Amino acid sequence: MTASGPNSAVALRKLFKEFGTGDAKITALADVDLDLPYGELVLLVGPSGCGKTTLISIVAGLLDATRGEVDVLGENLTKMRGGRKVRFRGTNIGFVFQQYNLLPALTAVENACVPLLIAGWNRSKAVAKAAALLTEVGLGSRLHSYPNQLSGGQQQRVAIARSLVHEPRLLVCDEPTAALDAASGRVVMELIRKVAVQPDRAVIVVTHDSRVYDFGDRIVQMADGRIESVEIPKVNLVSSD
Amino acid sequence: MNWVAFKMLTGDKTKYFGIVFGVSFAALLMAQQSAIFCGLMRNTTSQIRDIQGGDLWVMDRNVQFVDDTKPMSENALYRVRGVEGVRWAVRLYKGMGRARLGDGNFQQVILIGVDDATLTGAPAMEQDRLVHGRLEDLRQPDAVIMDEFGWRYLWPGQAFDPNNLKTIEMNDKRARVVGLAKCNPTFQTFPILYCTYSQAVKYVPQERKTLTFILAKANDGVTPEALCDRIHSQTGFRALTDEQFFWATIGYYLKRTGIPINFGITVALGFFVGCAIAGQTFYLFTIENLKQFGSLKAMGVSNIRLMQMIMLQALVVGTIGYGIGIGGAALFGYVFERIVTNAPPAFYFPWQIMAITAVAVFVIITIAATVSMRRVLFLEPAVVFR
Repeated sequence: MTASGPNSAVALRKLFKEFGTGDAKITALADVDLDLPYGELVLLVGPSGCGKTTLISIVAGLLDATRGEVDVLGENLTKMRGGRKVRFRGTNIGFVFQQYNLLPALTAVENACVPLLIAGWNRSKAVAKAAALLTEVGLGSRLHSYPNQLSGGQQQRVAIARSLVHEPRLLVCDEPTAALDAASGRVVMELIRKVAVQPDRAVIVVTHDSRVYDFGDRIVQMADGRIESVEIPKVNLVSSD
Repeated sequence: MNWVAFKMLTGDKTKYFGIVFGVSFAALLMAQQSAIFCGLMRNTTSQIRDIQGGDLWVMDRNVQFVDDTKPMSENALYRVRGVEGVRWAVRLYKGMGRARLGDGNFQQVILIGVDDATLTGAPAMEQDRLVHGRLEDLRQPDAVIMDEFGWRYLWPGQAFDPNNLKTIEMNDKRARVVGLAKCNPTFQTFPILYCTYSQAVKYVPQERKTLTFILAKANDGVTPEALCDRIHSQTGFRALTDEQFFWATIGYYLKRTGIPINFGITVALGFFVGCAIAGQTFYLFTIENLKQFGSLKAMGVSNIRLMQMIMLQALVVGTIGYGIGIGGAALFGYVFERIVTNAPPAFYFPWQIMAITAVAVFVIITIAATVSMRRVLFLEPAVVFR
């Protein structure tokens, strides 16, 4: 559906995903071809149940496709299994979740350093790097606050810091503004654009929120498990800045 | 990640203390009940441990345990002395007497009559077992030495006064308490009276045979076990070493009383209740953290690492719970022995109880962790997007 080539962070070919068998079989993705380039923020939009979440789950290596080819960051995920896939996720992919999914027992800075701990970093070094990133996202004064002491927007900023602290090459965001008011949602999207979009990194954002469409370099519209269209907005916030 | 696991565990104090409480309760119940059981069983053998001096006990062939007295004729002593390898053999009377106290009340007592000449079997001074009086005082007319618990039970709050000796009557004969001895607590909890053999047989209603046990010593170069076999084969009497008699007595109580079953049920209840409380709380704790575990899984934590994290959490609560439970059981025993001073305590806390409780606690937390782990291991990491 878009230009493919060595610049594609994600390349999907003839992708199918089915759940269940027989009469209960549900086709969540059907014949999906998609290329997502580095250095862009791609919005994945569409109605509920259209397959957005299934698609990013497969791209992030959390789900296996039923058929088709999945190339992410130059690696063929279709053939990747077990521990290798887990390590691939840990090293290359950052996640931002709709409900933030911060560990309530950890402070902001402790939450933000978790991916580094997973990678085997020393705790003090990991905390130092996470603290620097949290300061960059405007939470320098809330490093030691627990999630329940932070607003929704602040929690999402912690989640963004956590998703980027280990410098992944692909950032996957699932409805990052869904639980936020309009102003906070905008702040979060601005932050993702500012700190996450890099020439060697791709960002995929699943959203229902039409208010944030302006932030996308590319908008992939889905319906019924298929790609309906891929649009490049004439003016986005980056070019308007 | 161990640090993250620990923080996850202790983050919610209520749940954390709930799991620790479950394990502590199980450990306390198992250890405390086992200690009481061991104490009771040990108390059944207190006379075997108290009556020292000989290598072996000789008794009627049908005697099953130390309180099962079946008197033998006086000839038995000479027959035992005649067995090759016996250095010496002396009489011992052990039976129950009925004491009439100064206030007219009656009290059952355990009466032990030791050899008149050697006083073999009496509480020895060299073992610091005599609290008041001297062993030789037993040779005085009507002299008896009582155990401390018995004294406290019969005359609570009264100190022993050598110038004003307490007297009791047994079988219409006077007995003067000339000394106090430390004795191991008994199963029956009756006061223990030591006196000479000739005195003891006067304190009980007359019987044709009065010799209940013979204490014997083996010659150098002869093992007590071998001598036991020899005595048995030559005389037909049952002969046992201290250790053999100890275990024979415990074996009898284990087989012929409901004590082990009842205590076993309580210990098993402690185990299952502990499993249920700790398992359920730990399971709920894991289920409530399932989304967090899913996030960690998505972020690249392997299943093995997650298992290690859950096992670490289980080990932390297991260790703390075990410590509290064992400490509580030990404290119970310590306080119990100091508060209840006029009754022999039935509380024995050997290292084996701690080891067995540790194994049981480990099993509990392993079960709890395994049940919880299953949900995490089979958790689809894509759940984080739902």
